[in-house]
Amino acid sequence: MSEAPRSAPPRILVVDDDEALAEMLHLVLGSEGFDAKLCHTGDAALEAFREYRPDLVLLDLMLPGRDGVDVCRDIRAESGVSIVMLTAKSDTIDVVDGLSAGADDYVAKPFKTQELIARIKTRLRRHITPEPDVDNLRIGDLVIRVNEHTVRRGENEIILTPLEFDLLLALARRPRQAFTREVLLEEVWGYRHASDTRLVNVHVQRLRSKIEKDPEKPEIIVTVRGVGYRAGEPRTPV
Amino acid sequence: MSRLSSNPALRLWSRSLPFQVVVTTLAAAIVILAATGWFLMEQSSRGIMAGKTQASVAEASAVVSNMQRDLSTTDLRTTSASERITRLAREATNRGLAGNQYFVVVETPIQKIGTGGLAPESIPDSIRESVGSGDGLWSTPTLIRFTDSRPDEPGLVVAATLQAPGQAPYPIFFLFSTSQEKATLAVVQQATLATGVFLLAGLTLTVYLIALQVLRPVRAARLAAEQLASGHLEDRMAVVGTEDLAGLARSMNHMAEELDKKITQLQNLSLVQQRFVSDVSHELRTPLTTIRMAAEVLHSHRDEFDAVSRRSTELLSAELDRFEGLLTDLLEISRFDAGAAQLALDYVDLTVLAGEEMAAQQRLAERTHTQLTLDSGGNCVAEVDGRRIRRVLRNLITNAIEHGEGRPITVYVRGDENAVAVAVRDHGVGFTAEEGSQVFNRFWRADPSRGRHVGGTGLGLSISLEDARLHGGRLDAWGSPGAGAQFRLTVPRKAAEELQGSPWPSVPPDAKVVLHA
Repeated sequence: MSEAPRSAPPRILVVDDDEALAEMLHLVLGSEGFDAKLCHTGDAALEAFREYRPDLVLLDLMLPGRDGVDVCRDIRAESGVSIVMLTAKSDTIDVVDGLSAGADDYVAKPFKTQELIARIKTRLRRHITPEPDVDNLRIGDLVIRVNEHTVRRGENEIILTPLEFDLLLALARRPRQAFTREVLLEEVWGYRHASDTRLVNVHVQRLRSKIEKDPEKPEIIVTVRGVGYRAGEPRTPV
Repeated sequence: MSRLSSNPALRLWSRSLPFQVVVTTLAAAIVILAATGWFLMEQSSRGIMAGKTQASVAEASAVVSNMQRDLSTTDLRTTSASERITRLAREATNRGLAGNQYFVVVETPIQKIGTGGLAPESIPDSIRESVGSGDGLWSTPTLIRFTDSRPDEPGLVVAATLQAPGQAPYPIFFLFSTSQEKATLAVVQQATLATGVFLLAGLTLTVYLIALQVLRPVRAARLAAEQLASGHLEDRMAVVGTEDLAGLARSMNHMAEELDKKITQLQNLSLVQQRFVSDVSHELRTPLTTIRMAAEVLHSHRDEFDAVSRRSTELLSAELDRFEGLLTDLLEISRFDAGAAQLALDYVDLTVLAGEEMAAQQRLAERTHTQLTLDSGGNCVAEVDGRRIRRVLRNLITNAIEHGEGRPITVYVRGDENAVAVAVRDHGVGFTAEEGSQVFNRFWRADPSRGRHVGGTGLGLSISLEDARLHGGRLDAWGSPGAGAQFRLTVPRKAAEELQGSPWPSVPPDAKVVLHA
């Protein structure tokens, strides 16, 4: 995946059918130093994404034509770009649908500008800044090369989105420690005093489906009942 | 009722319709059969005995008239009357014995001539008197006794008089055995009894089967009604059998259909409502987001505005917060009303939640100089929806701060085997018991004239109550004017378990101290 040059302002693709809101977002993002592009329909979103190559997509969940969840899936199929959903429905099922389709985070309407900007900055920072400290980490039978941003099982590389990589890294850095969902929310998503643990649950599920041999019986990301999750014991790959 | 149930037969009677029908039929049948049996026995015994009597009387009459003729033609000059009588009696006796038909006794003033071995009491006194009183033949039943070892026999006595010339009349008795007739009657009686018993047994079985047959559709109807009651509205009864039974099934099915239709209608309404809420949510929230962002842009530039524009911008921002809060709460309430609220369950330590929510409200508490204290004990981990429980606690804590008059507030967290409770106790204005019953009402406000720091929507406690109920828990309010208030949330330790009690009392333990002081 090609990224925009470091010096250029981060690019944000805004997919929202409400023109007033889209324009407002354009104004606000512009004043915060981002380069934003608008797209008003779900049908045109993938085309706009390919053409614009943004660093982050702000995606409304309810769109005429192809809806946000589908667009999210389309983009995820070809890129690990950060996707933040804008949703008017914070009901469990809608949010979970969006997260399951591959969105990294969501902001519920009506949001405060600062809240949105904070979410965007967190996602971009995670994306851009590589983890500097240790280089090689083991979790279960996986090897994480932090600087390379790769995860391997034996010779095979497993492709993860930056967010999934961060989540796995957070667990692998302190093996044997059980993480509460709240701690993970703060470490990976940058939330403080966050209450929505659905983000963690859905992404752990997505991550497990990529890295576990049997996602029904996870060995790499283990559930700690009543607490949260912890890394599985490091093992040599079989 | 208790007396009824103490007797198993009575209990069966009151509970089982087939039992009632069978018992009633049996009782009626016994009465009818007894009457018929008695009548039958009476008639046959009368008929048989009458026949026997007639035959006996005819026989006796023939013998007597023979003897009489003989006696009348006797030449008393050659033979004495008594000799003659004796001879005639012997002849009659021999004839009777030969056919095993009868015994004969002729009583002369001197002796009794007749069949040997007969006990004299075999001839009842009544017939002796009758025979002495006039001419003709008499008969009466008797028991023939013997002086030797022969057993007694039922019998019939036919009495007549023999008129010897120049002599007083001699009574003559014929004793006919009726053993055979009695035996016949006994057979008839046995047959009657056996028939009665068979009839009763057959009748009982038949009636029982009929009762079951009649009851089967009733039972089917009952089962169908139970199915309906438990929500299986698609179940129908089979329309079979007689007009009445088929009619019952048809009515039940009709009722089920109507119910089904009504409920489907209501469900559709509820779906429409949910859909509407969801649409309103989207439609209102998007423009609200735009307005809010625009207001924030204006707000950040308010220093460049003149005084009027600046204040207007501030008001706009503040009221937008309120508007948003109201919208959020309204949508939440609508979700509860539509039954669309769902729990996202997780094991959560309520002490931690309470601590975090208290920390989050610290700024507000400081503004009113309120001291917040956490008092926790026991294992307080429960399977709950953390987001909802947070919201409840936030509501209770901000409420307590708002009405706490700046006095200390304590948050108690306690857990026992089955439940975890969080109680928020303030020492503020409190409320009366009457007000206490209203605090959970939507948009209810204790004192409309009171100023409000927090700017609640008036829906907070209603939502908290719904959240508690959704967990299968409860939310109780206690208040006393001047002594403050306590709101207690109790949730079961495991989701969907029934709540037995609460680990924390609904009336705060320190309340009495305050009242007595």
